[in-house]
Amino acid sequence: MARPVFEIEGLHIDYTTESGVLPAVRDVSLAVHEHESFGLVGESGSGKSTLAMGAIRYLASNGRVTEGSVRLNGVELLGLPGKELRELWGSRIGVVYQSPLSALNPSIVIGRQLAEVARQHLGLDRAAAFARVAEMLTKVAMPDPEAVMKRYPHQLSGGMLQRCVIAMVLMTHPSLLIMDEPTTALDVTTQAVVLDLVADLKREFDSAILYITHDLGVITKICDRVGVMYAGEFMEQADLRELFKRPRHPYTLDLLGCVPRFDPTPQKRSLVTIPGAIPRVDELPHGCIFAPRCKFVEDACRAARPPLAEVAARHLSACRRWQDVPLPAAYLREATEAMSAPEMERGRHEVLAAAAAAEVHFKSAKGLIRGRTARPIRAVDGVDLQVRVGQTLGVVGESGSGKTTVARAIIGLTPATGGTITLHGKPLPRSTGKRPRATLREIQMVFQNPDASLNPTRSVGDAIMRPLTLLGGLGHQIAKGKAKDLLEAVSLPVSYFDRLPHELSGGEKQRVAIARAFAAEPGLILCDEPISSLDVSVQGSLMNLLMKLQVEKCTSYVFISHDLSAVQHLSDAIAVVYLGHVMEIGEAVLVLTPPLHPYTEALLSAVPLADPDVKQKPIRLGGSVPSAMDVPPGCRFHPRCPRFLGDICREQEPPWREGEGDHRVYCHIPLDELARLQVETLVLAGEERGA
Amino acid sequence: MLRFILRRLGFMVLTVILASIIIFWATTVLPGDVASQTLGRFATDKAKTELRHKLGLDRPLTVQYTTWLGDYVRGDWGTSPSMVTAVRPVVFERLRNSFMLAIVAFALYVPLGILLGLVAALKRNTWVDNAISVGSLAFIGLPEFVSGVILISVFAVQLHWFPPQSAIDPQSSFTQAFPYLVLPAITVALTSLAYVIRMTRSSTVDVLQMDYVRTANLKGLPPRRVLFTHVLRNSMLPTITVVAIGIGWLIGGLIVTEAVYAYPGIGRLLLFAIQRRDLQLIQSTALLIVIIYVVANLVADILYAVLNPRIRYT
Repeated sequence: MARPVFEIEGLHIDYTTESGVLPAVRDVSLAVHEHESFGLVGESGSGKSTLAMGAIRYLASNGRVTEGSVRLNGVELLGLPGKELRELWGSRIGVVYQSPLSALNPSIVIGRQLAEVARQHLGLDRAAAFARVAEMLTKVAMPDPEAVMKRYPHQLSGGMLQRCVIAMVLMTHPSLLIMDEPTTALDVTTQAVVLDLVADLKREFDSAILYITHDLGVITKICDRVGVMYAGEFMEQADLRELFKRPRHPYTLDLLGCVPRFDPTPQKRSLVTIPGAIPRVDELPHGCIFAPRCKFVEDACRAARPPLAEVAARHLSACRRWQDVPLPAAYLREATEAMSAPEMERGRHEVLAAAAAAEVHFKSAKGLIRGRTARPIRAVDGVDLQVRVGQTLGVVGESGSGKTTVARAIIGLTPATGGTITLHGKPLPRSTGKRPRATLREIQMVFQNPDASLNPTRSVGDAIMRPLTLLGGLGHQIAKGKAKDLLEAVSLPVSYFDRLPHELSGGEKQRVAIARAFAAEPGLILCDEPISSLDVSVQGSLMNLLMKLQVEKCTSYVFISHDLSAVQHLSDAIAVVYLGHVMEIGEAVLVLTPPLHPYTEALLSAVPLADPDVKQKPIRLGGSVPSAMDVPPGCRFHPRCPRFLGDICREQEPPWREGEGDHRVYCHIPLDELARLQVETLVLAGEERGA
Repeated sequence: MLRFILRRLGFMVLTVILASIIIFWATTVLPGDVASQTLGRFATDKAKTELRHKLGLDRPLTVQYTTWLGDYVRGDWGTSPSMVTAVRPVVFERLRNSFMLAIVAFALYVPLGILLGLVAALKRNTWVDNAISVGSLAFIGLPEFVSGVILISVFAVQLHWFPPQSAIDPQSSFTQAFPYLVLPAITVALTSLAYVIRMTRSSTVDVLQMDYVRTANLKGLPPRRVLFTHVLRNSMLPTITVVAIGIGWLIGGLIVTEAVYAYPGIGRLLLFAIQRRDLQLIQSTALLIVIIYVVANLVADILYAVLNPRIRYT
């Protein structure tokens, strides 16, 4: 094979902190070739970004590369004078970041920010630089580049901004492209579009790509070779398919197991979890650094640290027992268990809570003096759904679809402005203030960000006891005992009772929030993206926890997420929401296999599945969710619908088409026709991939 | 943008009207009767009644208020009983003096504050940063009548560099007045400097940690360009607002400093008017100060909107 474009050899990076020197990255080597993309995966804290940024010598002032060699096209970067290094930055090395909105200067128009690169590195004058920017924007499939160049970052959507950043870094045809979680902050549908773009550009530009992500699904779409990092070292390096099909390190195996597999059957299974947490780099265990969390550990593993060694062609593993690492499929069957509630079958069919034609319209008053009546924001616009006893209703949709507002209307935090919310068949007052205490107790909520939902000055125990004394009417001592039981139920040590939230990790905080929600012994818990902001391994264990508690307490969940894999994993029924309206609802299996509604279909084909062999339909949605102030007439999905029929979609509201059970689809196309279209696209997708 | 300014102007007029009501109400309900004040303790009731009638004080309050405000808007600010001259020329003369002091103080502390704040941010958590922060904080707690007296005793009494007080002829030109302006300006600057430094430092530190500064660096731009195009443009926003709002205080709020130096500015005029219970003068001066504050705020708002594209047209 040709000489690599980018080589890292034996790199060590230290951070100097108050508590001493932290060896954040230790003895790491990798090589990326032309047209190749190398994926860096691992939990947060594994040192992925530090490695990438340290290699191009962009570290915080307390960070330092202490040892090793980094070569770009044969040129050693370490020891290069600052001025020459800056010349490489932006010309030979391009970096794409996680959040495109914060990566661009908010007070300078896009065109100028991009033109800066052309002027600095290509020596173009103002006019030529702007022409070059326009040309690059066209290349990344940006609609109307001239107009975009005059906009400020906040005036563009995340997907468009990320395209601008990609256009900016590709302008100089860099040899190395570092992409640090470039799609993590984007919606699934937008992520799919950006991933397609990166894959296309990979073919056109000969840059070597270093792709950092925690998402194994994304890796399969982009990368040729993958390195799995753990606490600052590589555990395994292999070609993509080999790594997924024949991992030679238990950590890789466990990471694969944390991700819900896409298999929508009514039978729910737990996920593989990785016990414990990633160690701090100053408290590394003596032997293998993964040993304390490893399920294949032997005494010998703890004696000496195994080196990263070639165990097969182009396959490196740092495990002594690499030969004993089982095949993923078999391991996952064995290491997970079926989760089901045996004795609840009868009760399961009863409807616990429901929304009928629920509406949340916000008035947007403009002008204090001349109060003109503006169009309302129709955040929730006629939603019908039911949650059954002991079941989970998954709610999916892009951001801006009104998922959260539906939940807030059900619990009464944002009172519905129309329709009815019922609990046990009885209509509820719309706002929490008017609901009786028993109702408040019955419905609880877990929020996305535990940092914001736990009071920083109250201890964990206080937080859990509050609903017990307030809603449960328990005395202090009894409440204290119950709170401790709840801590155990969410697998936290009882010693956490007196801790403050800031002493806990993100996953632990979310466990406290879950314990607090269960404290009131509710019938229904609304989970609003409860795992989105957490690491993959933590996501897996929280999903297991939610399933376990559901089985034990026969609680119903509304599980809101933009992550369709998580939703299908947990849900018995799924509601697909778009722009404040349900598009499709029904039993999970019926909604997903096959997806009938064009929106469900598009969402599903946008989910990056963590299996390099799965063929997914290349259906992409253009644009973004319109403003809830300008809901399109007719079918509100028609401007973006891949199966748009014509005037009928534009002018008439679609009918509800009834399927099996309570499966309903909101579309002008009849169900059997939708099913037939499914088969056709599948065949088409297969051919395209095969070619 | 035009709509934005018009809206803000509308709010401004409302604020001024509200303030005028408060000022008027406060001056009428305060103890102390103009008639007895003017005519002395031994005036007859008849004489007092006649004077009140002459001044219009026996009319209903609302009529008095609207007449006063109407006259004020038309530019007829009446005569001051205590100075026995027309109010308006006196107030404007003092306003001009306050303005001169404000300019010198502003020119002292704003550039210096921004510069020191920037240096502190760029050298954050080093001894330079600590020295600047601690040094500037030392002055923030020092009231003007203390720092003023210290400055006078050192630079005027001992070193004879500047005159010890600034009771200049109110009609002096800027060049004539300048030597008298330096010490009061330094006094004012000392208290405000720390605010500007801290504001500049904290916003610059925030901006330096922003992702877009990383982007700018990794674009390979020279450090100087990163600082001027990407950092300053954003980090100056909060400072500019604070400074612009400060202008109001600088012109209309230096009552203590002007008193310490006996400088004939608008603050001292207000103090004088209050001591003499000169209602006409109090009302006119106070309302003018309100207008100055409101205008300064408007300027701050507009500046912020112009510099920050994210809030434009709202």
